[in-house]
Amino acid sequence: MSQIDSAITTANPIYKPPPAWRTTLGMLWRDKFAFAAACILLVVIFCAIFGPMLFEDVATRQNLRGRNAPPFDLSRGWLFILGGDQLGRPLLARIIVASQNTMAVAAGAVACSLLIGTGLGLIAGYTTKTASQVIMRLADVIMSFPSLLLAVIVLYVLEPSVGNLVIVLAITRIPIYLRTSRAEVLEVRERMFVQAAQVMGASTKRIVARHILPVVAPTLITIATLDFAFVMLAESSLSFLGIGIQPPEITWGLMVSQGRPYLTSAWWLSFWPGLAIILTTLSLNLLSGWMRTALDPSQRWRLEVNKEKAKND
Amino acid sequence: MTDHLLEVRNLSVDFDTVRGPVHAVRDVSWHLDRGECLAILGESGSGKSVSASAIMNLIDCPPGRIVSGEILFEGRDLLRASNEERRRLNGKRIAMIFQDPLSHLNPVYTVGAQIAEIMTAHGTAKAQARARTLELMNRVGIPEADDKIDAYPHQFSGGQRQRLMIAMALAMKPDILIADEPTTALDVTVQAQILALLEELQAETGMGLLLITHDLGVVAEIADRVVVMNGGRIVETGDAEQVYHNPTHPYTQKLIGAVPGTGEMATPLTATKPLLEVRNFGKDFGGFAALDQASFELFAGETVAIVGESGSGKSTLAKCLLRLIEPTTGEALYDGRDLVTMGDRDLYRMRRDIQMVFQDPTQSLNPRMTVGQIIGEAFAIHPDILAKDKRPARIRELLERVGLEADHIHRHPHQFSGGQRQRIAIARALALEPKILVCDEAVSALDVSIQAQVIALLEEIQNDLGLSYLFIAHDLPLVRDFAHRVIVMKDGRIVEQGPVRQIFDAPHEEYTRNLLASSLHPDPKVQAERRAARQEVTA
Repeated sequence: MSQIDSAITTANPIYKPPPAWRTTLGMLWRDKFAFAAACILLVVIFCAIFGPMLFEDVATRQNLRGRNAPPFDLSRGWLFILGGDQLGRPLLARIIVASQNTMAVAAGAVACSLLIGTGLGLIAGYTTKTASQVIMRLADVIMSFPSLLLAVIVLYVLEPSVGNLVIVLAITRIPIYLRTSRAEVLEVRERMFVQAAQVMGASTKRIVARHILPVVAPTLITIATLDFAFVMLAESSLSFLGIGIQPPEITWGLMVSQGRPYLTSAWWLSFWPGLAIILTTLSLNLLSGWMRTALDPSQRWRLEVNKEKAKND
Repeated sequence: MTDHLLEVRNLSVDFDTVRGPVHAVRDVSWHLDRGECLAILGESGSGKSVSASAIMNLIDCPPGRIVSGEILFEGRDLLRASNEERRRLNGKRIAMIFQDPLSHLNPVYTVGAQIAEIMTAHGTAKAQARARTLELMNRVGIPEADDKIDAYPHQFSGGQRQRLMIAMALAMKPDILIADEPTTALDVTVQAQILALLEELQAETGMGLLLITHDLGVVAEIADRVVVMNGGRIVETGDAEQVYHNPTHPYTQKLIGAVPGTGEMATPLTATKPLLEVRNFGKDFGGFAALDQASFELFAGETVAIVGESGSGKSTLAKCLLRLIEPTTGEALYDGRDLVTMGDRDLYRMRRDIQMVFQDPTQSLNPRMTVGQIIGEAFAIHPDILAKDKRPARIRELLERVGLEADHIHRHPHQFSGGQRQRIAIARALALEPKILVCDEAVSALDVSIQAQVIALLEEIQNDLGLSYLFIAHDLPLVRDFAHRVIVMKDGRIVEQGPVRQIFDAPHEEYTRNLLASSLHPDPKVQAERRAARQEVTA
């Protein structure tokens, strides 16, 4: 370790770039929207991890006198600031508790489909024609089969649980990443820097990991953040059909669909969990947009120029 | 003063960017008369296209901003005219053709419809417009125009597309034709034809021709007067011949000095044992022979140039040699072993000895890696070259070797100019300490003066390290000063090969003679003689 350190210091006697985390944080601070988005996501992650521990009891305690209690009324305590649901449980606490299941399903499904889809897409795009054909036809099969029907069949056979829900949703979303990454790979592999690496004798593994994946990744990450909202809503429709998450377990999507009969009389039942879904996806989207710029060396100056402007102000 | 057809007076244009305004052109004045050809000569970033864009109302405002000046067309100031008024002039009185005819023709309409559209847009009846389209297509030399009028742009060759663009520009018999790098994307023989056509049409119609170019040869061929631009300013203006022979401004002198094709030719080396021996190379793409029976030798420390027009198979040859594509037939003996049948392990070792520099450095360097990572990748792939702790120092040394600064190691490729990027690509190739460097159009994308610098660097490296170059180019004058031997290719076959003197002074083949006659010399006098010679060849 010390040997490497000394090599680096002797190599950079004149100019040393500042540590990576500081430049990253600086760039995040310069894009105020992305910074706000990052804060919201931190809150959501905090709720998802610690929420059930703190509010489990409050969120499940029924109070029939507080049925459909209107929001912004502090007479029942601060937990009722967002109102109460059809069984008089405080909405705020329920949203916080529900964030764990929601995030587990959405993040799990998106991450699984992103990883598997990208991996298969890279294989389909960069290896033999046969492999590509097999993978693409499999993707076609999944695409042509109605995803909700697939989910119904699978969850009818298997026990409805968070894990199984993740598997089902991940499978139905794989083709999106697969097709996108394959299409991008087919384009990027013809670029000259890939050929230059080939001429130097780089292995396939190296070319894919160093030259193709970094170019393809931003597009896929953007799709993944958009897909986050879709997965949350798909999960809620499965829950609505009775094969997803079952009460007393809760998710944001389930809360939205449970509030639907009361839309005309108590809008807040669906509105607040809906807002939570929107805020989370929007934040992810803003953050992925920022990341796209920050990761691209030729675009990064946009986040660095503001720094000088801010200094001048 | 107002008797000029078009006059630009004290034009200044700024572009607002996040990093403050960029002065694209400053205080530029020139004029164009009827029946005259004025060339605006400059390298990339010199602002040569900006004044033409201002005439055509093509500057996007914002970010563009016309700070001062006037553009007088028949005494009227275009900059003060309404958009509607200018739209009526554009296409009708002032027409423009562009560098890349493919991107300026709409792929989903037939060419006939696109040419006729110019006329119907200015109020000509449909049937009449079609008749005139046919006439124009015949005039610009499209064979079988009757059939081709309903064909789509992709069915034409690059030269024919440029002819169609010219037909489109001439549809309304304009008084001024602006040609922005009209032949840059074309082969030399096609370039000569297009320039001849432009000249003929100008003589016929008496229009003023404004030619924007970076190529002194084009100026020598066609221009009466020339305006030389550098850094947004006019540095010199005058009669084309006089500017070439008596340049007063240092920049013009430098530009003329950098033009290849005027120096001493090299004598071939007297080595006996070839380093690389290619025999009967061939490559079929589904029955189409892109490369056919190519055989040649490369000696140590020698530069062999492969010259040919697009589609001649010169790049296919390079790719086959480096096994980027597999040749269908033939063998390539390097060090007594065949590169073509070599297994993966041997191929990996061979990569160290044969390296490549690509045409476009913007694309051949990974935009997401730093310069240090790009050059360092050579060591990461071949770890046995150098111990890990010595690599950063070696990368710095290589950067300095190719004329960059050692501290550039942390920068990304987009922070460099085209010429500097090509230097990085050369440094990357040198990191592997190769014996042979294949340069595929390595300087074609660069400005003339930068081209000369990169060639000088390559020569220097060759002298120091004894490298052999396989130098692929389409530009004959460039090769003349640099190569020891020249191979001329056409349609996948080697037409002629020999020492550089023989190829240039006493070519055996008709095609080589034609290629030499078509390439443009920067001296207007020499060019006039060449034109006469060419007319004899073609007659």
